[in-house]
Amino acid sequence: MSPRLPVICFALVTVILGGYYGAPFFHQGDQLAHLPGETSHAHHQIELACDQCHTPFGGVKNEACSKCHGEALTSENDSHPDGKFTDPRNAERSAGLDARSCVTCHREHVPDRTLVGVTVPGDFCVKCHADVFEERPSHKDFATDSCSNAGCHNFHDNRALYEDFLVKHLHEPEQLANLRVPLRGASQIVAGASATDAGADAEAPDASADAQTTDPTEPTDAGPPWPKALTAKDRDAPTEAGDDPALTTEWVKTAHSGAGVNCKGCHQQTDPASGAAAWQSKLDHTACAGCHRAEDTGFLQGLHGMRLASKLPPMTPGLAQLPMKADMSHAQLGCNSCHKAHTFDTSYAAVEACIGCHDDQHTLAYKASRHFLLWEQEQQGKAAKGTGVSCATCHLPREVHQEGGHSRVQVQHNQNANLRPNDKMLRSVCMSCHGLGFSIDALADPEMTRRNFNGRPGRHVTSLEMAEKRLKKKTGE
Amino acid sequence: MSTTFLTLTASKVGLTVGLLAIAAATPGCGGKTEAGGISPQVMADSLYSVIAADRATYTIEVVNRLQDKEKVIKADEHFQDAKALPLPAQMFRMGAERVQKNGATFSYSLLSQWPINKQNAPKTEAEKAGLKAIESGKNFYTEETIAGKKYFTAAYPDKAVAEACGNCHNAHQDSPRKDFKLGDIIGGVVIRIPLDKS
Repeated sequence: MSPRLPVICFALVTVILGGYYGAPFFHQGDQLAHLPGETSHAHHQIELACDQCHTPFGGVKNEACSKCHGEALTSENDSHPDGKFTDPRNAERSAGLDARSCVTCHREHVPDRTLVGVTVPGDFCVKCHADVFEERPSHKDFATDSCSNAGCHNFHDNRALYEDFLVKHLHEPEQLANLRVPLRGASQIVAGASATDAGADAEAPDASADAQTTDPTEPTDAGPPWPKALTAKDRDAPTEAGDDPALTTEWVKTAHSGAGVNCKGCHQQTDPASGAAAWQSKLDHTACAGCHRAEDTGFLQGLHGMRLASKLPPMTPGLAQLPMKADMSHAQLGCNSCHKAHTFDTSYAAVEACIGCHDDQHTLAYKASRHFLLWEQEQQGKAAKGTGVSCATCHLPREVHQEGGHSRVQVQHNQNANLRPNDKMLRSVCMSCHGLGFSIDALADPEMTRRNFNGRPGRHVTSLEMAEKRLKKKTGE
Repeated sequence: MSTTFLTLTASKVGLTVGLLAIAAATPGCGGKTEAGGISPQVMADSLYSVIAADRATYTIEVVNRLQDKEKVIKADEHFQDAKALPLPAQMFRMGAERVQKNGATFSYSLLSQWPINKQNAPKTEAEKAGLKAIESGKNFYTEETIAGKKYFTAAYPDKAVAEACGNCHNAHQDSPRKDFKLGDIIGGVVIRIPLDKS
């Protein structure tokens, strides 16, 4: 036997095995077979885009997480940023639980999850806060893995649960006097865009509504805030686009025509390579993003659009882990999935678009709920604007941003932004209409979620009583 | 004082280099300098002089003036919700965390033997000795090893530079001590400088 034969055999085997195991990393369709374990609900949609999280030889770095989650952590005043743990005096703690790294607590491709998205034992808080039972005797009977229970503490977003906030909202009624969410109105103005996105169908505040928004129609010293309204005769679609009177009629009824956005405003797209502008019949989310930048950003961050953000084909209900309607399995999600082209009916987008795909208990219970009744009354003009509760009211909430002394209401299109842990909904949604105590109890009861908040909470969280007890001790009552 | 000298990598600690350049050129900063290096104590003292000056300025000219004297706006722990000023201790911590985020190798923290937030109690032996030593009003310097890494650690007394300091600490429910007066040492600034080359 030739002395070189073993070397040749070794090289051959190496090449074959390397090719077998390495090829999938270059062919997305084959990567599924080589995933090391089940991917979480949060990331399973992009599990084939390995490079979205993994570096070639460096594992998963914080930057991969903050690319999608960093903005939210900043806006929610993350109470445990990694910068808190890089001080050498915390080195001992980091040895027990290295909170400098996101993947210490949020591992992927592992079967055991202790909390939503968390993969360390549920008593992780006491690794640093072991003295809490001495410092706060009221906590002495609590289980060490109960800190993150709904209505107690939230590791990152504690804005609805800190003590002073609880004290501020003691003894609120179950339903507040002003039962309504902010009205949609002026949103951001994108420099260079052909029009503002002052809401495709911005809601005019009714007489009884609080003046919560700036009025987008108010003239300024610089003149009207957007071009004049267009009519059917202004339509600028080219001949080859055809002439569908129904589409033109739909367009004329929308705020797009009212804001001076003509056919070419959306359908005339510029080729990034050649720079040439050409008519496009079918549009994707990038056509909307030119004006609706914030909405597009939210969409791409949420479960509906994250595949597009990862350069994967669009999400379809068939890819979802939640129960979905079988006949919608192959529907591809984009802006027009919910905002039907040319009508852009936000009422449809707020309810019917959701239940057209979602088929879980929570969704199916919606139309039997008090929330839906309120929505119907608002839609029928029997109740004031902002008093109805649609799917979007809770899952795509209206956020009020303060800028330059003015309030700006913007719909958060990342439907996942306030979803988990669910106490993130307290401030962004529930407390628009309900007292904090009732809201905490409702979110702490999983049955309430299943029933779509019909009926009364079957659980009670004592956070407010504990805060009040401390307050009385402080004031000597 | 340690005879160990620190060699700084400009790419890692640009801010530090700038501060050291100022410190080296400024008479009265203390410590000695030699070609190719600067003593950790000079560096720590220089850092402290900047930190302490900014901290005192914010406390006196912003918080004490606007909250306690002119009563224009309050300082509040939950300053975003309250539309208020950050507390001086929060201003300090946010700056320290931002310095870390920017990649500095040194670190600094505000500790106290009477901390409102128990996470800010002295923890390492050097911190305990330092907080005790600065009660006399003098600075404290030592070396310590944490997680296998050697540090030059300095502690400086942190005094109540305005009435607002004592007012807040004395009124807070979680404050272990409630008799602070203007000029009292409420805590200490602890600065750590890595001594191992990396």
